[in-house]
Amino acid sequence: MKDTVEPYVTDDGRTIGGVLMDMRNITLRFGGVEAIKDISFDIREGEIRAIIGPNGAGKSSMLNVISGFYNPQEGEVWFRGEKRPQMKPYQVARLGIARTFQNIALFEGMTVLDNIMTGRLTHMKSGMFWQALWVGRAEAEEVENRERVERIIDFLEIQAIRKTPVGRLPYGLKKRVELARALAAEPKLLLLDEPMAGMNVEEKEDMSRFILDVNDEFGTTIALIEHDMGVVMDLSDRVVVMDYGRKIGDGTPDEVRGNQEVIDAYLGVSHD
Amino acid sequence: MSADFLYGIEVVINGLMAGVLYALVALGFVLIFKASGIFNYAQGVMALFAALTLVGIMEGQVPFAHLINALFGTEVHHFGWEVPALLAIAFTVLIMIGFAWAVQQFVFRHLVGQEPIILFMATIGLAYFLEGVGDLMWGSDIKTLALGLPQGGSLAVEEWTAGLGGDDFYGFFIDKLDMIATIVAIILVASLIIFAQYTKQGRAMRAVADDHQAALSVGISLNFIWVLVWSLAGIVALVAGVMWGAKSGVQFSLSLIALKALPVLMLGGFTSIPGAIVGGLIIGVGEKLFEYTIGAPFLGGATENWFAYMLALIFLVFRPQGLFGEKIIERV
Repeated sequence: MKDTVEPYVTDDGRTIGGVLMDMRNITLRFGGVEAIKDISFDIREGEIRAIIGPNGAGKSSMLNVISGFYNPQEGEVWFRGEKRPQMKPYQVARLGIARTFQNIALFEGMTVLDNIMTGRLTHMKSGMFWQALWVGRAEAEEVENRERVERIIDFLEIQAIRKTPVGRLPYGLKKRVELARALAAEPKLLLLDEPMAGMNVEEKEDMSRFILDVNDEFGTTIALIEHDMGVVMDLSDRVVVMDYGRKIGDGTPDEVRGNQEVIDAYLGVSHD
Repeated sequence: MSADFLYGIEVVINGLMAGVLYALVALGFVLIFKASGIFNYAQGVMALFAALTLVGIMEGQVPFAHLINALFGTEVHHFGWEVPALLAIAFTVLIMIGFAWAVQQFVFRHLVGQEPIILFMATIGLAYFLEGVGDLMWGSDIKTLALGLPQGGSLAVEEWTAGLGGDDFYGFFIDKLDMIATIVAIILVASLIIFAQYTKQGRAMRAVADDHQAALSVGISLNFIWVLVWSLAGIVALVAGVMWGAKSGVQFSLSLIALKALPVLMLGGFTSIPGAIVGGLIIGVGEKLFEYTIGAPFLGGATENWFAYMLALIFLVFRPQGLFGEKIIERV
């Protein structure tokens, strides 16, 4: 059933729609090194899609291809039924693809609120002049933006730190603020680069809950990268497994777990 | 109050106003440095170029007249009209925006990710190139900037303050042009702050100044923001060029005022807009007061030439990040 592109309803009652993003035969090289070798997979509307693999498998490179930070030498990226031309990262962001970074890229000098507001930049339309004077459409727009941001702040339970400069926050909260900023853009596709990296068990549980809630409440399609298999298997609808730049598995967590190649890649196997 | 004390106050007031002009030049540096990490050596030349262009347009000068005449054997120098000041200012602003676009398009777009020293060298090249273009376009003679700004000491202030001291005090001498420069600077800084805090582009500008990668990920075009900050720096340069030009004529030594902005930046910090203002004021007041109390009576005068640099040097030793270090300013 899950191999068709027909919409279906998951066991927990969420609707998974048609193909939102389709990666076709992607190959990415750095000089002579092939970071990604001829990989194809799709991401469907409303699902949580994980890309997993050991260190150096090419997961982050793949995420960077999706978000436009890298341009693949071969292959096509299809988004919402259209072939996406080569784009700069800011253009991809304007298409409605938001992301977080493995090493956190926040505006350290700004407050939490200001950081999240930058996520709304692509939704601000009124002219510079009216914004400066704070009248007319600009005012209505700012009020609307603020309301959405406040909703996200409530949702991610960061009310207490909204006026705190991000530079002063501990690591786990920074990760949450970064997620909030990405959510503020109301993305059609949300990319999370190792959202649980460097977290303790409790923080990981919190983050997992937020990811599930975001997907459930806002219906946001999420693609995430992890190398911790345990967390991912509980979270995701479908999983792509990468190793040395190749795709070695693709399917539901259960299917992937039973795949011999995946087991070998993770447990290590002698090749002689 | 004794006359000496009152004259001391007058020195401080005049120092503050001189400081405003230093601050204006420093402001241009800060804008570009904060958003792109480029130390723009050409800021002073941009002030000169803007002032030259303004005068040229106002007087109806034919740009590149010398070159045109040499190539085609013609004898054109003037269009024979004069352009009203406000219109000429609008044209000059457009030209500075065009210059900002060209700088980004032809120079810095190709140098993204290079070492700071390479970017710095590029701005040195840019400075001499722009100076040459200014010379070629408008000629190298000293021009007067006839914007109709009032000049000379303000009689009103003098009469108003004369009663403060005894018979040997004649009131404060304050240059009207300095007063106007101060008002213009306050308006300029206030609008820059409103722009940065409350507009979409201002927010994007602060974002780029903070983290390039994060800015890209929320949909900000770095290229656009850099053209924007170079344009703003161009407009600030125009204001600085007009004020210095009105004071001492539009001449090529104007580009050297950029050097006076260096100690201001060392004091205020390279990334802080308030720092540029406060630094400018401290240097302005400091050098005037030093000249009045120590320089002239004991050191034979002319200490204004080096005092600012000495002060900056002392600052570098004890507080290398300037008064407003990176961490404080980023929250402004």
